[in-house]
Amino acid sequence: MSALRILVPVKRVIDYAVKPRVNKAQTAVETAGVKHSMNPFDELSIEEAVRIREKKRAPGGVDDIVAFSAGPPKAQDILRTAMAMGADRGIHVEIKDGEELEPLTVAKILQKTVEKEKSNLVVLGKQSIDDDAGQTGQMLAGLLGWPQATQASKVEFGEGDTVIVTKEVDGGVETVKAKLPMIITTDLRLNEPRYASLPNIMKAKKKKLEKMTVGDLGLTSEKRLKVLKVTEPEARQGGGKVEDVDGLIGKLKELGAL
Amino acid sequence: MFSTTKRVLAQRGSEAIGRVAAQAQAQRRSLSVLAVLEQREGKLSAGSLSAFTAAKKLGGNVHGFLAGASVKSAAEEAAKVDGIEKIITIDNAAYEKGLPENFATLLVENIKKGGYTHVIASHSAFGKNVLPRVAALLDVQQLSDVTGIENETTFVRPIYAGNAIATVESTDPVKILTVRGTAFAAEAPTSGSAAIEAGADANAAATSEWVSEDLAKSDRPDLATAGKVVSGGRGLKSKEDFDKVMLPLADALGAAVGASRAAVDSGYADNSLQVGQTGKVVAPQLYMAVGISGAIQHLAGMKDSKVIAAINKDADAPIFQVADVGLVGDLFEKVPELTEKVKN
Repeated sequence: MSALRILVPVKRVIDYAVKPRVNKAQTAVETAGVKHSMNPFDELSIEEAVRIREKKRAPGGVDDIVAFSAGPPKAQDILRTAMAMGADRGIHVEIKDGEELEPLTVAKILQKTVEKEKSNLVVLGKQSIDDDAGQTGQMLAGLLGWPQATQASKVEFGEGDTVIVTKEVDGGVETVKAKLPMIITTDLRLNEPRYASLPNIMKAKKKKLEKMTVGDLGLTSEKRLKVLKVTEPEARQGGGKVEDVDGLIGKLKELGAL
Repeated sequence: MFSTTKRVLAQRGSEAIGRVAAQAQAQRRSLSVLAVLEQREGKLSAGSLSAFTAAKKLGGNVHGFLAGASVKSAAEEAAKVDGIEKIITIDNAAYEKGLPENFATLLVENIKKGGYTHVIASHSAFGKNVLPRVAALLDVQQLSDVTGIENETTFVRPIYAGNAIATVESTDPVKILTVRGTAFAAEAPTSGSAAIEAGADANAAATSEWVSEDLAKSDRPDLATAGKVVSGGRGLKSKEDFDKVMLPLADALGAAVGASRAAVDSGYADNSLQVGQTGKVVAPQLYMAVGISGAIQHLAGMKDSKVIAAINKDADAPIFQVADVGLVGDLFEKVPELTEKVKN
């Protein structure tokens, strides 16, 4: 079996615990001064890559784990986190603050990176919690012509470059099998990401972080979608509380729900 | 095949030189939509018909697309949906499991052949898996989980777990969308009479292989489309208690059962029952949250429900800020009492 060269794309997003606010001009969500972190699904991707190496799950072993991010200068922080969790090195495709890349562009950037790094396994989060698009992994698989297994909750390796993935689907799970090279996107149940320890955070500062731009890869960040406006969802008003079960039933009947 | 594509593209290019207004009008006239439907073992998946609902909202000619081992009866059923012109079928066992590697190639072939301006699928596990691959093969930026259609280029979709709503205009020549089922209620097949026609089989090789599946069996209504949903959270304390407390209530109400991420992570309920940003999005008539605090990721999956009821012992739980009716109390007492009273 081939040794694994794993590429793990990660995205810097508004922290999952922060309630996002739409800006006054209704053009976007307010990001200035808001806490950002690594997209939760991407933490699972890094964790899985590191566990594959630590548990020696792949018969051919793991040659290299590269954390990748296309994002503003501060995306460097989450690349350092990924390296503190166990990634060997980082690649940062830097874009301007406030600039946003569409999934198709990110997929094209990743396609170039995969070719350059000779990756044979790309592990991505199933979606980023800001745009909620859930497209990049599948698009990358399409561009490369590689097999894909989305929403993985279990990844196993067999003989002859075979990868067996259990996926979460509507109503249960499904297992598929494919051969390297391939694309996997991670779902919540895959693992529990570790915390980066202080010594590892210190060590991560010394790991190699390569910087480039979208232009360096021969691409442009064209936009296919134009955001016309961003608004707050209609606020929902709580209807108050009732004293007991009879009150609950009465109110539900009144509202036509029973 | 490539030279044909090039010719078609060149033709389209020369057309584009015409006046903008004329072009827009011509485009409107030729608006044609392909709705990608789902089936299992010859049975049409009713939820996938939400793609038809969204397609009809766009206008133009609407075609349905079905591929699998034996799709005849599913196609006949889909043909009965009002206002559909044609159902395109591919009878080939290679597509039965909806493997994206060959299914996406198949779709691309049929999209090109039919010259569709819009391609729509439900934002289901299948749609989420296959459509982005199709979009990349067509070099198109897809729109995911669309909840509103303003016109043929402008669409509405939630971002940030539903905490913001984006109105987005697509400049791509072909619009690829997945739509949220609860925003485009599937219409039942009735008196329609669409033609059924065999499509082009791309015969692409599948580079992945389907091994097995394990689907939760349940006689209760399907979570995504149920009129009523009762959902349990961490407050249920164990799987035994979850089953003992929640299932009788669900059965008394004729409701589907849902769960919060906390309940799923603790093993009280199956993953497939999770409601929220990373699970299912539901919008039933009644959503009853039991022992659920109401984190934003959970609210993302249920806050469009018509009526929300909450039972929680913590009077300050955020769920009460969105619940139309709240009851503060111990769920182990209140829910069985509620179940009994609903039954009678």
